[in-house]
Amino acid sequence: MIQVRELSKFYGKKAVVEKVNVNIHRGKITSFIGPNGAGKSTLLSMVSRLIDADTGEVLVDNDHVQKMKSNEFSKRVSILKQSNFMNVRLTIRELVSFGRFPYSRGKLNAEDIRIIEQAMDYMGLMEMQNDYMDELSGGQRQRAFIAMTIAQDTDYVLLDEPLNNLDMKHSVQIMKILRRLVDELGKTVVIVLHDINFASVYSDRIVALKNGRVVRDGPTEEIINSDALKEIYDMDIPIKKMNNCNICVYFNS
Amino acid sequence: MKKRYLFIALILLSFLSLFVGVSSISPMDLLDFQSEKTEIFLISRLPRLVAILLAGAGMSIAGLIMQQLSRNKFVSPTTAGTLDATRLGILVSMLLFTNASTIEKMIVAFVFALAGTLLFMQILDRIKFKDAIFIPLVGLMFGNILSSITTFFAYKSNVIQNMASWLQGDFSMIMVGRYELLYISIPVLIITYLYANRFTVAGMGEDFSKNLGLAYKRIVNIGLILVALVTTTVILTVGMIPFLGLIIPNIVSIFHGDHLKKTLPHTALLGAIFLLICDILGRVLIYPYEISISLMVGVIGSGIFLYLLFRRKAYA
Repeated sequence: MIQVRELSKFYGKKAVVEKVNVNIHRGKITSFIGPNGAGKSTLLSMVSRLIDADTGEVLVDNDHVQKMKSNEFSKRVSILKQSNFMNVRLTIRELVSFGRFPYSRGKLNAEDIRIIEQAMDYMGLMEMQNDYMDELSGGQRQRAFIAMTIAQDTDYVLLDEPLNNLDMKHSVQIMKILRRLVDELGKTVVIVLHDINFASVYSDRIVALKNGRVVRDGPTEEIINSDALKEIYDMDIPIKKMNNCNICVYFNS
Repeated sequence: MKKRYLFIALILLSFLSLFVGVSSISPMDLLDFQSEKTEIFLISRLPRLVAILLAGAGMSIAGLIMQQLSRNKFVSPTTAGTLDATRLGILVSMLLFTNASTIEKMIVAFVFALAGTLLFMQILDRIKFKDAIFIPLVGLMFGNILSSITTFFAYKSNVIQNMASWLQGDFSMIMVGRYELLYISIPVLIITYLYANRFTVAGMGEDFSKNLGLAYKRIVNIGLILVALVTTTVILTVGMIPFLGLIIPNIVSIFHGDHLKKTLPHTALLGAIFLLICDILGRVLIYPYEISISLMVGVIGSGIFLYLLFRRKAYA
């Protein structure tokens, strides 16, 4: 379990994240949702140590994150952020191999190679393993990154808006993959999502943020209802049940 | 572009380079150890070849490191102000210690090169608009500011001609006792190779590096120190060699990608080969006179640079 205790981040005097307390449960998909500027990405970045918190603490399986060595931490928690660094020309295989960096520092042994190939196989990337990342479609690229985190072999996988710039087909594909990571490999996934319906259909728990504070935190079915959504988004959003999924019909509300 | 072919080309060109020049020396002449020709060979030709190889490999690697760390294909010692900062450093060392020894010059110039490159990286950090072309333009402007400061103080203290000689890369002055500083390129190459994986990871950004548990800032600093070292020694011994650090890593990247462990040997080899070709051409074209290496590399290099710019859409 990841425990977030009284976590705050200030930019100047403005609190972007303020006294947040959240528990992230093992073996579940937890989605961070909320309007723009709610502090979702900042919270995720603090949990993954990409940025330092101003106050508060984060515990991963009862260990203080700030006290962990960065190498140890990167064997337990991985984070994928959307950044446009793909002017670096690497093949899929090379990228996935870097998932083993925390273990091997670049010198791959037979065990590393086995794990790398397993990860690529799991993501269906074997045939294109020698293709360059900058020649791939958005969906393939995202799959390569997820393969890398599989190779990194962390219990916790954190993703910041993994569906950005993906079309419907690839968005669904990625969400199904994340579901499999949890159901088949026993990972714990935390995602920042913009589309409330992906959160509703695929996540086990939802943490809703607004103005840097947690406004709702609980199992998905407790959050996806018109009252809670009104509080989070200031919109009247009717919920329709279709194919066993709760769909938020927000387009004309 | 196989390593084997590059290596063969390098050997052939090196051989050619040894026996091209004003006084004609043939391999046969070397059999007579006491002759004047053997002496020329050992004092001038051989050092010249070694200097070319070291400078070519060193500058290419410096460019490669800079492009990786700045995550921009068009950043190099030429386009990031490193060369200009080094010249400013040389001027300062000449003004402060009138009879500066090479080592003193080297240290002051190194400090300036490092500070200049660090400053450029700081500027890079602050710029929100990270366009591939915009960044090197900022670097060129930054370099020109440093350069005009250098020129101003050089005028005031009447060392402008002295400074101009550092501007022109030239291998014709290379002989025993004047190039040994360049051997610093060898440990730099080895360290770069040992850190290749780390540089590659750092090249994918701070967040990416932190995710993999890499001490990002430290790796960037090590990289910049290596760049400053190579640039300083090359300018002090040969002079400015523009474009080399820019085009060579780009050409290798097109064929072999950006995994440093893989591309490092190619980059070093191709850099040495390219500089050798430019040098041999420079010696042959207006024989018995010589075209300076910075002019040769400038003309050929800027042509290739333009070509890279135009085909940019295809890969960058």
